Amino acid sequence: MTALLSLDRVSKRFRGLLAVDAVSFDVPEGVIFAVIGPNGAGKTTLFNMIAGAMTLDDGAIAFAGEQIGGLTPDAVCRRGVARTFQLVRPFPALSVEDNVVIGALLRHRGVGAARERALAVLRRLDLFDKRHQIAATLTLPDRKRLEVARALATEPKLLLLDEVMAGLRPTETDRMVATLREINRESGLTILLIEHVMRAVMALAARVLVLDHGVAIAAGTPEDVVRDPAVVRSYLGAEAL
Amino acid sequence: MSATWLEGLSPRHMIFLGVILAALLIAPWLVNDYLLTVLIVILYFAYTGQAWNIMMGFAGQLSLGHAIYAGIGGYVAAVLFTRYGVGPWLGFLVAIPVCAACGAVIGFLAFRFGVSGVYFAILTIAFAEFARIGFDHLDFVNASAGLFLPVKQYAYNDLWRLRGSPRMFYYVILAATVFALILSRLLLRSRMGYFWLAIREDEQAARAAGIDTFRYKMYAVMISAAVTSFAGVFYAFFYNNLFPEQVFNISRSIEMILGPIIGGIGTLFGPILGAFVLTGLAESVTSALAAFGVDLPGAKQIFYGICLLLVVVALPEGIWPWLARRLGVGERNR
Repeated sequence: MTALLSLDRVSKRFRGLLAVDAVSFDVPEGVIFAVIGPNGAGKTTLFNMIAGAMTLDDGAIAFAGEQIGGLTPDAVCRRGVARTFQLVRPFPALSVEDNVVIGALLRHRGVGAARERALAVLRRLDLFDKRHQIAATLTLPDRKRLEVARALATEPKLLLLDEVMAGLRPTETDRMVATLREINRESGLTILLIEHVMRAVMALAARVLVLDHGVAIAAGTPEDVVRDPAVVRSYLGAEAL
Repeated sequence: MSATWLEGLSPRHMIFLGVILAALLIAPWLVNDYLLTVLIVILYFAYTGQAWNIMMGFAGQLSLGHAIYAGIGGYVAAVLFTRYGVGPWLGFLVAIPVCAACGAVIGFLAFRFGVSGVYFAILTIAFAEFARIGFDHLDFVNASAGLFLPVKQYAYNDLWRLRGSPRMFYYVILAATVFALILSRLLLRSRMGYFWLAIREDEQAARAAGIDTFRYKMYAVMISAAVTSFAGVFYAFFYNNLFPEQVFNISRSIEMILGPIIGGIGTLFGPILGAFVLTGLAESVTSALAAFGVDLPGAKQIFYGICLLLVVVALPEGIWPWLARRLGVGERNR
């Protein structure tokens, strides 16, 4: 397996604070990869650097053999990396369908072709029946699904999901997990997710990286990682030992 | 391309638009000179409102200095006409790139350096004020003394040179308004139109969806400026005079945006409806007051204020979305 995304000693500093400290990891193609860690571990900072929303202070990010560190978010997306936002940001006044059409227009010049692609994605995410609703009127779980749909419509090679399960009830989490697994299995789409919900991580991820205070403290399969004493200490709390 | 601009319209839409167009086409033969002038002013604001709406309603970029594009468009055509004998339509062809370039300069300075929201709006005011003071001291265009176009009685209407009766001017601005409506609809349904809506709704999310927001904001400003330029050409040839103090005045910019705000920002028909409601009712109020022998300077401005207040409180989306729902002629995308 070749690495689709490769981070090499990536660092980010906020004034004196080293938010991400020389983190390196490879995301192999076709894999669901999770980054976990306690609050303030630097997950979202790492994520924003990959997505182009933040510049890196040091290190390099390669995607499909090309350096993408320091590119703008739109340039990163055009190269095949689509993201969702932790706090969902659909286009509120537009219909569900138009939200996804906008994503699909990245790869389709004609609105008609983009609409077809958008409708296929909406069916995939179980939003087809709600396609005429205004995005702002959707429930939180549906808005989260809409974010995933809009990202998928850009036809990415890598999907970045920033806490897409946060705030969902267990049944909704299971539904999202099932959808993501199917998409990964059917299309071989590589997914990198930041997640707090361990239930989802255990069910989804083939590989897990654990961050703590900006440092990668463990990596491996979910089963290995949750048994790692360093992870248990920092992530689950020392008293859990 | 056959009838792309009609695509997706229901029979009800067609009837609605057909009736309005028919009424506007016969109107100049039914009304007196005063009402004809009022109708011309209404359509002028319907046109400029649509031009402004491309930038604000579609792409979400608030311009409070749109008078600059009308003013420069008017001056370009008027100078070419009075000094070099170039007709207004050729002048318009020159005004388009000149105004688009002005828009590009303002847009570039703002968007390249991350000026957005109210700060962008303030920048547009600054440029319009800069133009007003600049033209006031520019001897080439007669500075503050104003630029005048030769006025004579014309035996016939010369459409090519835009010299003739108010009725001819009425049909010219009506055609321009219809053109702007069709253009707006085509733009809104295009790939670029969707990108504009995305930028208007959430610029950061738009970038995450791969949209080069700088580029599409630039297009919005340039197209809006180019469309507005014709209003200036029309103004120059209809009124036959241009004073920097008047054409670049911030009140002109504000008047342009009142129609779309009252009619419905971001809608296709809102700016047109807004112009009719605002200018139409304002003229009625002034003439009603005059009929009762009341002479109140500033009555029109107070009336504008009341209209704006009522709409903002009762129908914050504008009158058109509310009316369209009742008539069953709603628009998508909003």
